[in-house]
Amino acid sequence: MDWQYFFELLLGGLTRGSIYALIAIGYTMVYGVIELINFAHGEVYMLGAFTGLIIASVLATLGFPIPMILILAAIVAIVYSACYGLTMEKVAYKPLRSAGRLSPLISAIGMSLFLQNYIILAQTSDFLAFPRLIPDFEFMEPIAHVFGSSDFVIVVASGISMAFLTLFIKFTKMGKAMRATAQNRKMAMLLGIDADKVISITFIIGSSLAALGGVLIASHVGMVNFFIGFMAGIKAFTAAVLGGIGSIPGAMLGGLFLGLSESFATGYIASDYEDVFAFSLLVVFLIFRPSGIMGKAKVEKV
Amino acid sequence: MEQARLNIILHELKKSVLVSLWFMFLTFPIMVIRVNTLDHTIMWRWTNMAMIGCAAFVLSFFWRWAMKKKEASAVPAKSSWPHWARQNWAGYVENKTWIYTLQGLMLLGFIILPWIVSTYKTNILISFLTYVVLGLGLNIIVGVAGLLFLGHAAFYAIGAYSYALLSKYLGFGFWIALPMGGIIAALAGVALAFPVLRLRGDYLAIVTLGFGEIVRLLLENAGSFTGGPAGISNIPRPQFFGMHLSVAETNIYIYYIVFALALVTIIAVSRLKDSRIGRALQALREDEIACEAMGIDRVGVKLMAFGLGTAWAGFAGVIFAAKTTFINPSSFTFFESAIILSIVVLGGMGSNAGVILGAAFLVLLPEYLRAFSEYRMILFATAMVLMMVFRPTGLIPARGRRYVVHDPDLDLDDGSKSKEV
Repeated sequence: MDWQYFFELLLGGLTRGSIYALIAIGYTMVYGVIELINFAHGEVYMLGAFTGLIIASVLATLGFPIPMILILAAIVAIVYSACYGLTMEKVAYKPLRSAGRLSPLISAIGMSLFLQNYIILAQTSDFLAFPRLIPDFEFMEPIAHVFGSSDFVIVVASGISMAFLTLFIKFTKMGKAMRATAQNRKMAMLLGIDADKVISITFIIGSSLAALGGVLIASHVGMVNFFIGFMAGIKAFTAAVLGGIGSIPGAMLGGLFLGLSESFATGYIASDYEDVFAFSLLVVFLIFRPSGIMGKAKVEKV
Repeated sequence: MEQARLNIILHELKKSVLVSLWFMFLTFPIMVIRVNTLDHTIMWRWTNMAMIGCAAFVLSFFWRWAMKKKEASAVPAKSSWPHWARQNWAGYVENKTWIYTLQGLMLLGFIILPWIVSTYKTNILISFLTYVVLGLGLNIIVGVAGLLFLGHAAFYAIGAYSYALLSKYLGFGFWIALPMGGIIAALAGVALAFPVLRLRGDYLAIVTLGFGEIVRLLLENAGSFTGGPAGISNIPRPQFFGMHLSVAETNIYIYYIVFALALVTIIAVSRLKDSRIGRALQALREDEIACEAMGIDRVGVKLMAFGLGTAWAGFAGVIFAAKTTFINPSSFTFFESAIILSIVVLGGMGSNAGVILGAAFLVLLPEYLRAFSEYRMILFATAMVLMMVFRPTGLIPARGRRYVVHDPDLDLDDGSKSKEV
């Protein structure tokens, strides 16, 4: 067995999985609170990458140093994506909260198409080159051929943000309110929790993490276009389902699981069928274990 | 009194100004800055910002007005017609003779149309009718049975590829391939339905979306068998009793084929709704558990819904392949499914007249408004969201069957003794 190849795939999968996990958290949190698959979540990730690209280019022409550019561009992208997420919720989902389940879903598909075409019209439908914002670290030199500096930054940044999110959910008052709302919105409202505020914050956190993922992966891969959100969105959704939708640790685990299995499948089986593999995994999981790895099976009461 | 009104106006103005400022902030990086990553130049488009600001200011008034109106009419009106329309038109709509005359005129119009208009316009009409067939098929699944289905383009592709492959490898003609395309698509639909029977709502939507993408990716990666991303070309056009037809004539011939198919679809689908299966499907949409408790075979009915819906996509696919004589996987992306879904949603889920109107809106309007063609998708997307927010039943809402109860003991407000149920 070729161990170096194996480690290459393992670490590649780890990078990929961290990004999936970052996006999947947004899906899972929104689903947990309002039981809606936010179809436009992948587009928020794409918007984050685009905003990051634009801000980074502007800062680069102004002559900022590279690490500064990365940090500033990431912050601006996160802020803007959070605002997009918030606006999206207010315009397309909030008026539909009392409607059935089909209407918000169709509205979300409409929102996703809208944002893609917004980028096509306002920017471009071509691929744009994303500047390399992550410098090469010296201490990464010995293993740079299997695990580059950008991989390292992606894994560390997503690890830190996920740790913060876990602490936030566990120990702050808002986190408690979120858990309560996810459990039973009506009851939470009776206890004086402002459910609208909780939902807004959920969208803000989910969108911010997606934007962070967008900026990191865009500077890792080196290009963006309007369509990157579609695939990333579906794969992150798959990750959320694998881990058990509604569960935040599940989304992290599911993201890593999907990233690793995708990496190994393309490395050892067939690289042409990378996307087919993710979809098949999704279908298989939805059919045999729709509650995911971490989720609890739901019993429906009549 | 004056003061109070002034305050309200000021309040509304303030709200709109805030909304406008918010959107100017929100769209700033994307709308204003445009970077060229190759030669590192930056374009600042400040006019866009002013436009967004003005548009958001004006639209926010409409938004709040529409919201207020929606909240005011939270109790659903008895009839879906607006008051003025009810007074002027309802009489005609209820009157069967009028409907038949209108339908006859439209039929006649569609029969003579290809002889009057140019080949180019006939082509547009063909694609309009194809979308009517596709939309009506999807309407069975989404509108009647209430299963959100996002992979319709895959079955369109299956139909198109069945004809292309059957004629390429086995030399099948169009007329044999047409029913076979439908049957193959229906079988594929049933095959997809089997594993997803347990799934509902949003999960089902994602799985069907995934299935649609799997079909497209398989077609793209299957190499020489399906031609890969390059697709299959030189698909034979349909033959008319062995006669050789020119391209323009074949076009008219295909027009009649697709017109006949659309007619058959319209008749079949509207008959279906009143049939036993149709009623079972509608019951399934309303409540699955209650439906099973009433003794409806949930599995059978769901499979039926998928098979019936996807068969039409298969037929439409065969005709599409015959018309363009060239197909490749990129004609059958998720966008295609989204367009078909928006036809159904905009027209009115479950309503056949609505689907036809929706197809007219989405196919004919962009063709005649060439200036707006680049805004086509963004307008559809906006319409999808707005439709869901303000008029979820669509342009022409579906009307269930109505029954009139004559009861001598019934005393209604208007003094009559009968009631519509």
